[in-house]
Amino acid sequence: MTLHRKAAVTGVGETDYSKASGLSDRALQLQAIEHAIADAGIRRQDIDGVIPSPHGSGFTAEGVSEHLGLRELRFSATLHFGGANGMTAMHTAALAVASGAARHVVVVAGRNGSSGARISQRPQLLQPNFEATREFEAPFGATVPMHFYALMAKRHMHLYGSTSRQFGMVAVTARAHALLNDKALMRSPMSIDDHQASRPLVDPFRLFDCCIESDGAAAYIVSAADAARDTREKPAWILGVSEGHPDSAISVVTRSDMLRTGVGLAAPRAFAMAGVKPKDLSAAMLYDPFTFMVILQLEALGYCEPGEGGPFVESGGIALDGALPTNTHGGLLSQSHSTAGINHLCEAVKQLRGSAGEAQLKTTGPIVVTGNGDFGDGAVAILAAD
Amino acid sequence: MTPPRPAPQPTDASQPFWDACSRRELRIQRCRKCGLLIHYPRLCCPSDGGDQFDWPQMSGDGKVHSYVVSRRAFHPAFADETPYVIAVIELEEGVRLLSNLVGVETEAVHIGMGVSLVWDETSGPYPLPKFRARAAKAGEGA
Repeated sequence: MTLHRKAAVTGVGETDYSKASGLSDRALQLQAIEHAIADAGIRRQDIDGVIPSPHGSGFTAEGVSEHLGLRELRFSATLHFGGANGMTAMHTAALAVASGAARHVVVVAGRNGSSGARISQRPQLLQPNFEATREFEAPFGATVPMHFYALMAKRHMHLYGSTSRQFGMVAVTARAHALLNDKALMRSPMSIDDHQASRPLVDPFRLFDCCIESDGAAAYIVSAADAARDTREKPAWILGVSEGHPDSAISVVTRSDMLRTGVGLAAPRAFAMAGVKPKDLSAAMLYDPFTFMVILQLEALGYCEPGEGGPFVESGGIALDGALPTNTHGGLLSQSHSTAGINHLCEAVKQLRGSAGEAQLKTTGPIVVTGNGDFGDGAVAILAAD
Repeated sequence: MTPPRPAPQPTDASQPFWDACSRRELRIQRCRKCGLLIHYPRLCCPSDGGDQFDWPQMSGDGKVHSYVVSRRAFHPAFADETPYVIAVIELEEGVRLLSNLVGVETEAVHIGMGVSLVWDETSGPYPLPKFRARAAKAGEGA
């Protein structure tokens, strides 16, 4: 069964993004869900599937159902792919509604990643998917995501000659986009010189190669094709969606090729299902915990040849007026990082509806959205307005 | 006072690895059925599902597959060690592990660099296998 046009995103919702929300992560998540339900123009009771957040205080599908007063929860799944959750959940939700198991599935993620458990500290938290990191990597001082993504970046620099300035252009472009977005946290301009002068943390990464830590939640609703025709806004149709996991799913160190991540494995499946070629894309929303990951994903998606991602970025390719405008909301680097990347999906849906504000693109053909988490789990979705 | 480093918590799969470290031997899990070297240790062979293993000793020679220089400690136990080099080492037997390079200038480290085993017994319940630079063998590269 193909998922091509069998499901659509019919509602999106985001809380404010902040450094200190003053709310619990459950309250943030409920707020985002309420916004998504209102956006879709459905009733709470129409929701019959829940994919809860992997982060925060453990708000389960039952807990969400209880708070929403759902009459009958018919479908739930709990995923453990860190930052990839937001988009691997789209794959799961699309399977659920296409099969008839559910009609409207809500996906939510959110946490206090700044004022609560800091996002940068994630592997030090006692989570089951980091067992190898805790036992064989943390004793050597490899304790945070930056260490592992920097190992991947260094390997890429060695193989292809990518540079810190190319990484910097990802940050500079994200910031330029954030300046157009009043929901973005980072609102002061950044130049390439600012990036190069920022503090080296884990070579080759500097401070401005890293995403921000923030509080906030986001949610979306995936509806079955027939149900999507009854919702308030124009649906964002899922043309293709797939997920991928590297051949060591638990460690960057032991996988056969540390640059072969889930996004690269999922991309050919997602594009084939969509009937779209990378060059047909009008924009990309790429999961960007570190600048380098945008470059790697441009290559993993097949948009750039291996090694050409850096030069493409450096030549302005991902800017609003570039060949592939990327992260037009500012991304995890300059908008917010607290929603397992659902803010990227929200931006894609806004672009497709023509409601992306100052960053609105003139042409809105298919848009690709990726998720990436736990150093390599990934998902790729291709969405279109009609 | 500096807090202790994160210590390995051996599992039923990995206990022989850490027991060997206690004897200052770098031993890697090997499937008795198909001969596959397996790291990190598992409960069954990912190739054929075998659950009988031996633990051959490694030569301790390898090369740098990738590395980073951590100029900041994100865990307080490493605050006195910055800058420190975290490296992915590919052993000459073929498996990779994560370790530190010790006794090297950070600027001299490069991918493909030959390294050899040295034991760090300065902290924690188990000696840790670390690596230092070694004179390059003929024909060695990344």
